[in-house]
Amino acid sequence: MSATTTRPIPAPNPLPTPGPERPRTGPRTRRWWRTSLTAYGYMSPTLLVMLVMMAVPVVMVFTYSTLSNVIMVRDPEFVGLENYATLLGDPIFRKALGQTGVFTVTSVALHLLLGLAFAMMLNSGLLPRLAASLFRVIYILPWVFTASIVVILWQLLLNPNGVINYVLETLNLISTKVEWFSNPDLALGSVIFINVWAGYPFFMISLLAGLQGIPSDLYEAAAIDGAGWRAKFFSITIPQLTPIILAMAMLDFIWNLQQFPIIFLATGGGPLNATETIATYTYNLAFSKRQFALASASGVILFLISAIVALFYVRHQKARD
Amino acid sequence: MTAIATSRGRSATTGRPSTGRRSKAAQKVGLWIGLSLGALFAGFPALWMLLSSIKPNTEIFQYPPTFLPDTFTLNAYTGILTNPEKLRFFTNSYTVALTVVALTLFAGIMAGYALSRFQFPLKSLVNTVVISVQAVPPITLLIPYFGLVVWLKLYDTLWALILTYMVATIPYAILMMTGYFNTIPKELDEAVKVDGGSSLRALWQVLVPAARPGIVSVGAYTFMVAWNEFLFALTLTQSRSNRTVPVGIQLLMGEHSFQWSEMMAMSVLGSVPVLVLFLFFQRQFVSGMTAGAVKA
Repeated sequence: MSATTTRPIPAPNPLPTPGPERPRTGPRTRRWWRTSLTAYGYMSPTLLVMLVMMAVPVVMVFTYSTLSNVIMVRDPEFVGLENYATLLGDPIFRKALGQTGVFTVTSVALHLLLGLAFAMMLNSGLLPRLAASLFRVIYILPWVFTASIVVILWQLLLNPNGVINYVLETLNLISTKVEWFSNPDLALGSVIFINVWAGYPFFMISLLAGLQGIPSDLYEAAAIDGAGWRAKFFSITIPQLTPIILAMAMLDFIWNLQQFPIIFLATGGGPLNATETIATYTYNLAFSKRQFALASASGVILFLISAIVALFYVRHQKARD
Repeated sequence: MTAIATSRGRSATTGRPSTGRRSKAAQKVGLWIGLSLGALFAGFPALWMLLSSIKPNTEIFQYPPTFLPDTFTLNAYTGILTNPEKLRFFTNSYTVALTVVALTLFAGIMAGYALSRFQFPLKSLVNTVVISVQAVPPITLLIPYFGLVVWLKLYDTLWALILTYMVATIPYAILMMTGYFNTIPKELDEAVKVDGGSSLRALWQVLVPAARPGIVSVGAYTFMVAWNEFLFALTLTQSRSNRTVPVGIQLLMGEHSFQWSEMMAMSVLGSVPVLVLFLFFQRQFVSGMTAGAVKA
């Protein structure tokens, strides 16, 4: 970092020039010790919190997952990978695993599509400034609501006697009132829908920033070449946005794998496990069945899946830098 | 639909699309239709929440439903604002969120300073750990937290929430603060040190004031995360007097599920702090979100 070349120093009296830099002798000088200690002093509140609330719990959960039922029995025995075997043998766990995949992939895809569509409409430049910012605020709105409010809101709207059914009935799209959450065939879709509503603004905002970063002369050059909107979209917009889309998709993938409150509050994993995901399955194991060791194993599996995606994400980011 | 798609596609181009097969006017009409449909999807639920909160309960499930209330009433709001038990959810949420903001900013500013200005052993390891903890699922941590919080004798206290929320907020704060400090020329704080000041003094006298906009937006974002958290609030507290707004709403919902107008009023009141913050700090939120996500 060449700090001396960045900006002029606003201080009135000129700084004494540092002089010939003291030779950096090996990492054992007094100065080195002092700087390191100072730096760790500054890091200490963070390190303390991260040690107690992150490192220790992660070790704990891995340990729990190899013991017979912890917390509930006094002297749990070491059972190795037995808990993992039990889980993988459980058809409901496997179902939850599959549904987690469906939930995550669909949510990410729809977040991306909606976010891109909205971002492009907002970025069109054909709108008066005020209208553009008003629409932007409305479009970000779902993102400010906490999950429990999101769910309660949609429970009111999607109630069999609620306004959505009324509208669909009036438009002759349905003939009987639909039970969005208690019909096993519809529940997962309904939960995904709510999750899409609550989550797309994150994509939209990032893509909006990305769109604004595309140099307009690329489009002008394409226009001169006679490219239509389709060509411009697929050969300029999408390639230019690809790094952002990839990064966001991976992050969103990690978050949606772990999505808990929306599913838990909307359906609790039911009806008939139709919306069970690893997150709700883990929660139910721990807090209704009191199977803390099994739940830990399930939590570890979710952790490992997230870690793999995160690893890809970090490598992708590093490659970009 | 094709009109929307077309205008969308064109809109992606530039502010000045070339005169193609369709006129600019047609594009604009398509765009407005698309935007209005989008606004209906995004905003209608929130509008419905607001409208339901000023309807009497009997009107909420009237079929066919009314859009604007036939009978306007603020009973749901006065019912909440005069009920100490329900107000308690709000004071709890404020206590937790503001404490988390203060502690997160303290830790984040200090750590951001260290990462921005110091070379120290294992720095890159610390950096990697701070970033990667964001991938650990909350539900995975929940089980050990339960044991840990009981062991620390913090079960069913607001401190249990404050401590656990900081795990999520501190890494974000560090990332953002390091970024902000990196934009401030090193000469500014080094000047203080050359004059004989300590590094702590350089931090508080020079860097913190210079990074104030960043600090404010990190604070606002942290407040939002802490205000909205549900899972830990549900499992690490137990008594009604220690519940926060997100859990409180669900509690009331479970107990009197017919009180929809009150639920909606509670939801409106529960969203106001974040909404206000968002409107004030929109720009910072947006840049913070994208920076945090893309750099992380």
